Amino acid sequence: MDAIRVERLRVVRGGKVVLPDLSCEVPGGAVTGLLGPSGSGKTTLLRAIVGVQRVAGGVIDVLGERAGSAPLRARVGYMTQAPSVYGDLTVHENLRFFAGVLGAPRDAVSTAIEDVSLTDFADRVVNRLSGGQRARVSLATALLGAPDLLVLDEPTVGLDPLLRRDLWELFHRIADRGATLLVSSHVMDEADRCDGLLLLREGRLLARATPAELRARTGEEQLDEAFLRLVEAEG
Amino acid sequence: MSPRVTGAVARRVLRQLRRDPRTLVLILGVPCLLEFLLQQLFGRHSSVFQHIGAPLLGLFPFIAMFLVTSITMLRERTSGTLERLMTLPLAKLDLLAGYGIAFALVAVVQATLVSVLAFGLLGLEVTGPEWLVVVLAVANAVLGSTLGLFVSAFAETEFQAVQFMPAVVFPQLLLCGLFVARDEMAGWLRAVSALLPLTYAYDALVHAAADTLGARFALDVAVVLGCIALALALGAATLRRRTD
Repeated sequence: MDAIRVERLRVVRGGKVVLPDLSCEVPGGAVTGLLGPSGSGKTTLLRAIVGVQRVAGGVIDVLGERAGSAPLRARVGYMTQAPSVYGDLTVHENLRFFAGVLGAPRDAVSTAIEDVSLTDFADRVVNRLSGGQRARVSLATALLGAPDLLVLDEPTVGLDPLLRRDLWELFHRIADRGATLLVSSHVMDEADRCDGLLLLREGRLLARATPAELRARTGEEQLDEAFLRLVEAEG
Repeated sequence: MSPRVTGAVARRVLRQLRRDPRTLVLILGVPCLLEFLLQQLFGRHSSVFQHIGAPLLGLFPFIAMFLVTSITMLRERTSGTLERLMTLPLAKLDLLAGYGIAFALVAVVQATLVSVLAFGLLGLEVTGPEWLVVVLAVANAVLGSTLGLFVSAFAETEFQAVQFMPAVVFPQLLLCGLFVARDEMAGWLRAVSALLPLTYAYDALVHAAADTLGARFALDVAVVLGCIALALALGAATLRRRTD
């Protein structure tokens, strides 16, 4: 079952065509990586999927509903690229606010903080945290309310390798519970951690494949080399 | 709209204010200082202080809350948290009402403090009930908040938002009847002042202080409440779930 179906999506931002005509599917219950260089339209696609991007054409179905429709708002967790949390509140206060809006149970707050390894910083004001820690606060707010779909825009940027590994393990644990994850990244070495990949370049879908399929198709062991081959093959 | 979500927004806004004690001290302290200066300037028993002391008390919250709300909301718009909120099960009115309630509560404290000072220590006297002046002050604070929410949509930076204060508030203060009675204004100025919400807020305060609570007072209050509703609707219209 596909959790997301994008059909002929067209997005124009400030007179510039960002996504000319994009169609793709994201399978449910798995971790799908949305990979591509910066400027390829990843964030625009994710924003369209969560329903905050004005679109010029096309249809997006998310969990059987039209993207951005009211019933989805409690079922989709979204982590923006720039941390969207309140800098003047503590980690705990931020989470409590988002939990209040979602109607999530009280213990969800401490679980989410634990999930992103910020328990020791729970009472710290967000503005006094490092960039990576701030991003994790933002991620924690997306985890609240056990969403059926998690849309994460570059959640692991700037994190140390150990923490990155922990987070990818967390993503897979969440997928094992049946949720769907769509995770964007511009670094190809994260591709190997995904069940499936969507490769985006200049607003077009270059390939949809598993890491293994990508290697087989291109004959390259390194996934960033494989990406290059695909680009070259496109001409 | 849900009370749970509205409450969460209001609590969060108040918590943010509490994290900023300097702003809080300014919001609560500056009106007290101004009321004190007014009394010292004109004298305890002067007709000027006795005439404008009460209306001014009721207008401070309007000015303060307009400024604070427009900047807080602008921050919400520019920091990405507004976009994040728009992906959550939160009605636009939850957000606006949450802000309104939070700042109305601050206004209760602010207006009470200035009242205690003015009526208790500075010797300000009104014929009408003092509590009514405080209630009107809170209504004016909500009016200021809702207008601030609305105009925050037209500012891109905090610098611009601050400039909206003199642009939106000062003309209303000049024309509301505080400086020159509306009867004595040039015709066109009176016509303009009839279109400005602060004119009715001021007039209501004058009637409350003089205990002339007739049809005119009822009309004033109705206009203030109507303007709050209108500003809320306009504010909601500026909140878009989908943006470019």
